[in-house]
Amino acid sequence: MRIYLDNAATTKMSRTAVDAMLPYLDTVYGNPSSLHSAGQEAAEALDNARERIAKCLGCPGKEIIFTSGGSEADNQAILSAARAGARKGKKHIITTAFEHHAVLHTLKKLEREGFEVTLLGVHEDGIVLPEQVDDAIREDTCLVTVMYANNEIGTIQPIKAIGGICRDRGVTFHTDAVQAAGHLHIDVKEQNIDMLSLSAHKFHGPKGIGALYARKGISLEALIEGGAQERGKRAGTENIPAIMGMAAALEEACGSIDENARKLSALRDKLIEGLSEIPHSILNGDAFRRLPGNVNFCFEGIEGESLLLLLDDKGICASSGSACTSGSLDPSHVLLAIGRVHDIAHGSLRLTLSEENTEEEIAYTVRAVKEAVEYLRGMSPVWRALISGEQEFIIK
Amino acid sequence: MALYSEKVMEHFRHPRNVGVIENADGIGEVGNAKCGDIMKIYLKIEDGIIEDAKFETFGCASAIASSSMATELIKGKPVSEASALTNKAVAEALDGLPAHKVHCSVLAEEAIKKALQDYYGKLSEGV
Ligand SMILES: Cc1ncc(COP(=O)(O)O)c(C=O)c1O
Ligand SMILES: [Zn+2]
Repeated sequence: MRIYLDNAATTKMSRTAVDAMLPYLDTVYGNPSSLHSAGQEAAEALDNARERIAKCLGCPGKEIIFTSGGSEADNQAILSAARAGARKGKKHIITTAFEHHAVLHTLKKLEREGFEVTLLGVHEDGIVLPEQVDDAIREDTCLVTVMYANNEIGTIQPIKAIGGICRDRGVTFHTDAVQAAGHLHIDVKEQNIDMLSLSAHKFHGPKGIGALYARKGISLEALIEGGAQERGKRAGTENIPAIMGMAAALEEACGSIDENARKLSALRDKLIEGLSEIPHSILNGDAFRRLPGNVNFCFEGIEGESLLLLLDDKGICASSGSACTSGSLDPSHVLLAIGRVHDIAHGSLRLTLSEENTEEEIAYTVRAVKEAVEYLRGMSPVWRALISGEQEFIIK
Repeated sequence: MALYSEKVMEHFRHPRNVGVIENADGIGEVGNAKCGDIMKIYLKIEDGIIEDAKFETFGCASAIASSSMATELIKGKPVSEASALTNKAVAEALDGLPAHKVHCSVLAEEAIKKALQDYYGKLSEGV
């Protein structure tokens, strides 16, 4: 038995996505750049996929370029806006403290090249306020990049309002929508988004494929030089099977966003309710303004990696923001950003659902987590110090 | 390949010597919650022999397995042998640890050394 609760890490491909790919792994193998009929057949498929993906985002197909995934899209969006800014003497970028490393590490690189980066703090509820963005914009700001929904704690950011501020102030706005695409409604025009990144494997599509939306008028720089694919913005023969799988998966997901959200948020809330019964536990991130499938808790007195492994023994696949799972000495920067101190950030557990999960699985998971937390607390010197009153509880 | 050896997983799943020794002759606590691993070792010592060793650990599988193995390795041994226990010996007895997890096993060696210091400290106070 396996209960997969790590859908923020990656998802299982949908049957629809697999079926959409098969012909392009098999009989339709032409190179879209070739002029012969086999090539043109592939070129047509590529156009068709681009249009369908664009439609899900509310933009024309020519505003979409295909990338190798979310990381590449983030890198390209940020580096492009930075280069365009630098040409006008604008070298200031605004982002948040809890972005994905694809964003943060790209910005670190720009800092080394002389850019100045403002990291906006995140409130304890895991949400950045539009006013914070407004206050941080300067004469020399060339880019604001704020994620649509956080990958660890699932909190949804006020994207439309932030986009509106950026539009008014004449600053390019990028959003990493890797966790949102296919799960939340997106309309790039209505939401004032200039650039948006997405990744197929987070919505039941294949791995290693993603897309970058860039509004007409935004200048993009190629990260990969070579042929003229993707209007010269991304060289390399297109991964047609993956692109077809991504288009099918996104279409399918976007066609059932409301239905899926209803189902998932009901399961999510059951899970949250069950885990809240564990004493000295706390939900990370706002309880309502979060992805329908995201649950993230801290349990005081225990460490997350051992919790993960115990759950794995019980057939449950989960994730943690503890330092020992990341291989660094610090726990998750996201949990630190929302004000969780080290002591309890190490004891975090993320469970992320998909449409395939059932109520029985949730009930089983609640029982399993309760048992595992109790067991680990039983051997924890920290827990002993807490219950004996030697040390004060951080989570009341 | 799995992250941990079978031996590590076995000690993690069924840790030996978990618990507390009342009126222990030596107690050593190392690590802190900031780095994510804390280990506390309790020793019962008679005539220079480690009669019993118990531990409590807050930490990852590597930290828990190292505590379990380290207490196994010193039980019944003379104090001089216990104080010579190295983290390398603990890791080897566990059939190795992933490179980025070695720091978790260092705590076992340090906790035992600290518990023995505590023991010697108490001894000299008693004189
Ligand atoms: C918010 C966010 N951005 C970017 C990425 C990177 O996407 P990919 O794995 O497709 O490179 C991820 C996934 O890990 C993510 O969750
Ligand atoms: Zn560790």
